[in-house]
Amino acid sequence: MAGITLTSVQKSYGATRVIHGVDLDVADGEFIVIVGPSGCGKSTLLRMVAGLEWITEGEIAIGGRRVNELEPKDRDIAMVFQNYALYPHMSVYRNMAYGLRIAGLPKQEIDARVQKAAQMLQLGDYLDRKPRALSGGQRQRVAMGRAIVREPSAFLFDEPLSNLDAKLRVQMRLEIKELQRSLGITALYVTHDQVEAMTLADRLVVMNAGVAEQIGRPIDVYARPATTFVAGFIGSPAMNILDADGAGGAVRLAGHEIPVSAEVSGQLSGPVQLGIRPEHLHPCGEGEATFLLRVGLVESLGADAIVHGRLDGTATPFAARLPGTAPISEGDLLPLRSAPEDHHLFDRETGRRVG
Amino acid sequence: MDKRVTFRHRLLPWLLLAPQLAVTALFFLWPAAEAVWQSAFLPDPWGTKAIFVGFDNFTFLFGDPNYRESFAVTAIFSFSVAALSMGLALALAVGADRVIKGSGLYRNLLVWPYAVAPAIAGVLWLFMFNPSIGLVAYYLKALGYNWNHVLHGGEAMTLVVIAAAWKQISYNFLFFLAGLQAIPRSLIEAAAIDGAGAGRRFWTIIFPLLSPTTFFLLVVNVVYAFFDTFGIIHIVTGGGPQRDTTTLVYKVFSDGYEGQDLGSSAAQSVILLVVVGILTVIQFRWVERRVHY
Repeated sequence: MAGITLTSVQKSYGATRVIHGVDLDVADGEFIVIVGPSGCGKSTLLRMVAGLEWITEGEIAIGGRRVNELEPKDRDIAMVFQNYALYPHMSVYRNMAYGLRIAGLPKQEIDARVQKAAQMLQLGDYLDRKPRALSGGQRQRVAMGRAIVREPSAFLFDEPLSNLDAKLRVQMRLEIKELQRSLGITALYVTHDQVEAMTLADRLVVMNAGVAEQIGRPIDVYARPATTFVAGFIGSPAMNILDADGAGGAVRLAGHEIPVSAEVSGQLSGPVQLGIRPEHLHPCGEGEATFLLRVGLVESLGADAIVHGRLDGTATPFAARLPGTAPISEGDLLPLRSAPEDHHLFDRETGRRVG
Repeated sequence: MDKRVTFRHRLLPWLLLAPQLAVTALFFLWPAAEAVWQSAFLPDPWGTKAIFVGFDNFTFLFGDPNYRESFAVTAIFSFSVAALSMGLALALAVGADRVIKGSGLYRNLLVWPYAVAPAIAGVLWLFMFNPSIGLVAYYLKALGYNWNHVLHGGEAMTLVVIAAAWKQISYNFLFFLAGLQAIPRSLIEAAAIDGAGAGRRFWTIIFPLLSPTTFFLLVVNVVYAFFDTFGIIHIVTGGGPQRDTTTLVYKVFSDGYEGQDLGSSAAQSVILLVVVGILTVIQFRWVERRVHY
């Protein structure tokens, strides 16, 4: 078991740079989730840790040992692939034992480890089967088992749940988390699914276009997104982001002033973007309203409803998440109130958080 | 859902099948039947009439040491051609699979030999290995080896095997390359992370997953070595020296056309037909069991 350290890691394919210097310090036993839209470089980053891609610049260390030049097999890691990558011509047992046999472990030791992992993953009855005779969830478990038996320093997961159906995904998510907790193994987990990211991670790395936009605890990333990208990416439905004027310490949106905390107003200077999460909007009387929403489409989810529409008198799309099944229909004018501490402000030029 | 196409007209399906059936009848069923028929006759020395002899042609063949020798020659020849052409093709395909830049060029160049007619391929190798004027023979002599396949049976066999295998490498290469590229990269990466080196990955992951391709090519190559190599043998060695490269199919030709013993020649082609049939059944029955699909 060991931590992983990434020091200004970069990756280029010819002249095209895809990873622009990522710094990350993963503590021993920590569960890190790298999340981002497709093409943001998250899988490439993981594959560089695994040793499947060369590192153009920077350094990756596992357990304090520089691994840049090491082959995957010498890095003491195990990886779970999106398509599981089980060896189709080998039984479940042989799939799990493959790495151990190569390592030249004695037969009893291999058998003990495989049986233990199989028991842990409820695969005991399937050891003689070929992967094609297993369901998606079972294949996923075999892939996990193959990683566990090797007792590596770190687990690498490359979107391991994206081939499963929604229900199974929730179940496997819990299993992965419990397994990682009980084994206490450092994990690096790549996904594009923000629910997976929020629920699994001790800390999140939100990536965009080859840059780690924010690294932090899921709840901090949610509460204080560092950039407009993170603000829009984490949270569902996505945060409303509006262009506003921030000159002179006050935020003005389409003429009227939006209250912000005193701490923020001191740092305001020019054009800003105002972010407000749909779940932080509450219906209110017309007099105390911060926003007036012209209702378009209403998505009723049972426990709550998501109201899509436009800010009154503008073409700016806006959404609110309201509890229960409010009697709202298209064309209504809905007055909404929000607390100043829920207003996120970003510099319109750099996209970075103000305050 | 039923995906079968139903024809409203009774005649249409037969019409659609007709070209293929005609080709099969004309080039396989008719000659095969003719061979079976002729195998029961013995033509007189002047070729004017044929005497019905029943199974005598077959009885004679099985008692003929030359014929039994020809079986051994065919076995050695077929095995060597299949092993050499498949082995080299696999090595080339593994190499080409790793190349990213200019792979299209490599592939195209490697396919060319397949377009060369057997007789031309034979002449090509014959010139290179000709004991008096061949380049390879000249260099071998410089190295102290006196190459003369006209005198030495082993060398003659080596030469026809090389020529026959060379022509088939392209075909095998194409299939092996396609097979290799169908193996998911993540499997090989998983094996690399599991600690397997390149050689180990090849023998424990790639080669077993390639087995459907290998099996298919084995069938094709054995049939090729049995039948399609006549031109090469005819040009390069003429079955010699001393029948050392007279395979079964070559013996059919030399007994029939050169020896004018049409009855025996017909009997031999019937036997050949049966042998290839049995070989194919064996391959499908036994080898297929060990194939992972």
